[in-house]
Amino acid sequence: MTSTIPNPLALIAELTHRCPLHCVYCSNPLELQSRTSELSAEIWSRVFKEAAEAGVLQADFTGGEPLARPDIVTLVRAARSAGLYVNLISSGLPLDEAKLAALVEAGLDHFQLSFQGAREETANEISGTKSHAQKLRVLDWLRQHRVAVTLNFVIHRRNIDQLEEMLALAESSCATRIEFANVQYYGWAFANRENLLPTRVQLDQSLTLIKREQERLQGRIRVEYVVSDYYAKYPKPCMGGWGRKLMVITPSGDALPCHAAQVISGLAFENVKDRSLREIWEHSAAFQKFRGEAWMQEPCKTCDRRELDFGGCRCQALLLAGDAAATDPVCCLAPLRPKVDAILAAANLAPVSAAAGLAPPANEPVTRPSWLYRPNPS
Amino acid sequence: MTPELHSFPRLAPGCRLNEKTQQPRTLLMPERALRLNGPSLEIVERCDGQHTVQQIIVDLQKIYSKAEPHKVEQDILGYLTLLQKERALDFAL
Repeated sequence: MTSTIPNPLALIAELTHRCPLHCVYCSNPLELQSRTSELSAEIWSRVFKEAAEAGVLQADFTGGEPLARPDIVTLVRAARSAGLYVNLISSGLPLDEAKLAALVEAGLDHFQLSFQGAREETANEISGTKSHAQKLRVLDWLRQHRVAVTLNFVIHRRNIDQLEEMLALAESSCATRIEFANVQYYGWAFANRENLLPTRVQLDQSLTLIKREQERLQGRIRVEYVVSDYYAKYPKPCMGGWGRKLMVITPSGDALPCHAAQVISGLAFENVKDRSLREIWEHSAAFQKFRGEAWMQEPCKTCDRRELDFGGCRCQALLLAGDAAATDPVCCLAPLRPKVDAILAAANLAPVSAAAGLAPPANEPVTRPSWLYRPNPS
Repeated sequence: MTPELHSFPRLAPGCRLNEKTQQPRTLLMPERALRLNGPSLEIVERCDGQHTVQQIIVDLQKIYSKAEPHKVEQDILGYLTLLQKERALDFAL
């Protein structure tokens, strides 16, 4: 056993890629996995046990929509009995009150309910479906069943001006946490980027508001704000460092160091059907590839910050620089930072289209972006 | 925001200790986890809605009787404040 490799702390279980929503920033890969390739509950149960034995503390059930699995209650029970903290990340759509009660009884620890906005029109436009009203019903059931709740809002150009309304929604609910995550540009979000990137003015206003609200709500609601790293000076320590903290398991059982890792060609991913989780964590070529510092190029190689951000995100390096081992181009020290600056300059010149839900000025048509919606896999 | 001495702290929804059989003992929270050592575990185990802040202080002053009592009190209040900022505690009156 290689003792220098730290334990994984969280297992991100993508139970299915099926989803009733079609969000324009979905973090699933462009190539979605089919229902027939999904792992059985039996294999997932073994994976949860192996995860707990390897030191994992938390299981994040995500998708797609994890509730699209008819055996979701069995899966929650299996993860909880293995000793894991079970977090369900869900749109709340395929949920009724009886199902929620069963999930709670099976040991669900926490429910992260995703919202696409505070206004019905914007939310429905972004998710490509009528979903908002059901989420409000779910919020009510979560209160009645005393479930721990985080509200998650994905933030972008079209809803960043609605943060106060989102906070009001959280305050009127039982949520103890609210997470505002600006879109990160991979997969579907990368394809829709020009319609999603906020302007610098929008971002600065949001930061001022968040700081004020964090102070006001301290001790009641924890407010987390993740900015778009295109606007950051230094890159994010993606996944807490490659192969350092997190493991993603896809619906068919491939083990990935990062949600988007499949965009990096030449990486071979091992499957939990063939090897144990610990073996994969410690020895698989994909997890070893960018672990530590040996793979780094300049300026990362000799940078004082290399143990803080690990060179940023490998997938973003590939998407923007065409080389997964390059310094993340969002870093101010990266040779390709000018490319990100050019993207931002274009975003800041383009007019912010009318927010949905507001009446357009007379004689002026509302300019709606043309979105690329994610489909549902077969 | 110092906790009120007569209030009853208890773990907030979504926060719990891992099982006694699991080592190291850890406070599990949404998206986060906190490893607990001797004194911090003694404190968190008493955040059950049954002990007041004052009772927790008295208990720990007994357990750590060699430490200066005022220092124990300050450490506990500091730690409870930290947990409150993490949104890991509710305080009932």
